[in-house]
Amino acid sequence: MGTYLRDAILMGIIETLQMTFFSSIFAYILGLPVGIILYATAKDHILENRAVNAAVGAIVNILRSLPFLILLVLMIPVTRFIVGSSIGTTASIVPLTVGAIPIVARMVESSLNEVPSGIIEAGNSMGASPAFVIFNFILPEAVPSLLLGGAINVATILGYSAMAGVIGGGGLGAIALQYGYYRYEKSVLWVTVALLVVMVMLIQEAGGFLSKKTRRS
Amino acid sequence: MNQKIYELKNITKIYRNEGTEFTALKNVSLDINEGEIFGIIGMSGAGKSTLVRTLNRLEEIDGGEILFLGNDIGKLKAPELRKVRQSISMIFQSFNLLMQKSVLDNVMIPLKIAKVPKAERKRTALEMLKVVGLEDKKDSYPSKLSGGQRQRVAIARALAANPKVLLCDEATSALDPKMTEEILELLKEINRTRKLTVIIITHEMSVVEKICDRVAIIDAGELAEVGEVTDIFTNPQSEAAKHLILPNGEADTTNPFDSGNPDSHLVRIAFDGTSANEPFIANLVEETGKKVNILSANTKSVGGIGFGQMVVELPKNKEDQQIVLNYFRGKGLSVVEVNE
Repeated sequence: MGTYLRDAILMGIIETLQMTFFSSIFAYILGLPVGIILYATAKDHILENRAVNAAVGAIVNILRSLPFLILLVLMIPVTRFIVGSSIGTTASIVPLTVGAIPIVARMVESSLNEVPSGIIEAGNSMGASPAFVIFNFILPEAVPSLLLGGAINVATILGYSAMAGVIGGGGLGAIALQYGYYRYEKSVLWVTVALLVVMVMLIQEAGGFLSKKTRRS
Repeated sequence: MNQKIYELKNITKIYRNEGTEFTALKNVSLDINEGEIFGIIGMSGAGKSTLVRTLNRLEEIDGGEILFLGNDIGKLKAPELRKVRQSISMIFQSFNLLMQKSVLDNVMIPLKIAKVPKAERKRTALEMLKVVGLEDKKDSYPSKLSGGQRQRVAIARALAANPKVLLCDEATSALDPKMTEEILELLKEINRTRKLTVIIITHEMSVVEKICDRVAIIDAGELAEVGEVTDIFTNPQSEAAKHLILPNGEADTTNPFDSGNPDSHLVRIAFDGTSANEPFIANLVEETGKKVNILSANTKSVGGIGFGQMVVELPKNKEDQQIVLNYFRGKGLSVVEVNE
């Protein structure tokens, strides 16, 4: 492998990390509240609201059932509007974020569902407002589970980022496609695959470690 | 004195689930006085847990009204209800502590809800931990504590906001007898020193006997009996009360004292500390010449007074039975038939 290729792979690693990092951040900024809404408005929950729950749930389900590759194409005009271009690392953060929001929301919802109902009842009995119960009882109790779910989500976003390479995003996915697929350079293909596997493993381990470290029970 | 903290008037609660209805509470009316330890006892499924949850409106009622210090809590709007709930603390069978927060943070939570400044929160919380004897555990997490210690933390947390009443929902049911004893002692002490009304839900008569002043017996959603614990213990009126008080009352299908004699007639006699000094069975034999067969006997402390109780089989002859019963009643003993 020449220096040129090595530099390209190195650049690919950096781009993949950038895409994963920023998409994860944005996906959580937007997906966490959606997950909280899904949880809180569900039947018998603290802010039960059938209409809101059904509407948000439907949007999340539609977005989630869309294959990511299709979403990438559908999002091109939106990306162009927000970023000014639909090609490159920055541009691919938009579809990645949009694709990850529903996944994050469902994961958050399921983590919050693990919090024992007795804790919430204790909060209500103390005269806490629903918002207080969510932010001081439910969310802190769910932290270890949220972190574990976070690791799974970030790993998923990493996998999606490789797919974004197909429509002109950068990163290891683009390299695997250009060198490995179009130019039949099998070695490049395997190197990128190995790098992606290592990255996913590191993310998973980090998530598991943080979850364990924050768990007090 | 004897101001009422709670007045319950014809409380009815119906659970509806897919067309089927279940009446959990039927026309329950009772008053709870300020400063007393009030027990609510019943078999599981009798509705006692539903009843205690209506007291802070964790459970909405379908009929009747609940006055807390004269105010109908059913009419309160959400923010007013939250304010009132700050003066109605509750502890639970499963403790319901925040596992991700330290003991100190747990105790500070009600003060945060009441928007108390942070420095004061910490000071009050430490003071409460001192009351329950756990100051040295302030930085521990609940998972590192025993069940009894967790309930102490829950009690400290319940006291932090300086409530007017403490609701205990099966608070000792998950604890072993020694820890139960400790928690009951603590509740009694808190009731005495802080003049705090305590309402205890339990299925164990021993809990009521140990610390309650008055007790309500709930049976199949209805109030079977209410009164002083010592009165109900010596002279239970309702079937439910007899069932709870009689030894081995839990075994409701077969009579453990069945002698196999179809004519046998069993009675339970209860006597307090004053008559317990007299050897009245021996006296009975000496004075009347009639004999009884003692099937069970024990003594216990009810509301701080020593009580003895005995289940005896009366002689076969009807007239002899009357003589024995008259003798017991003449001695001021409480006599209750044991139903078969």
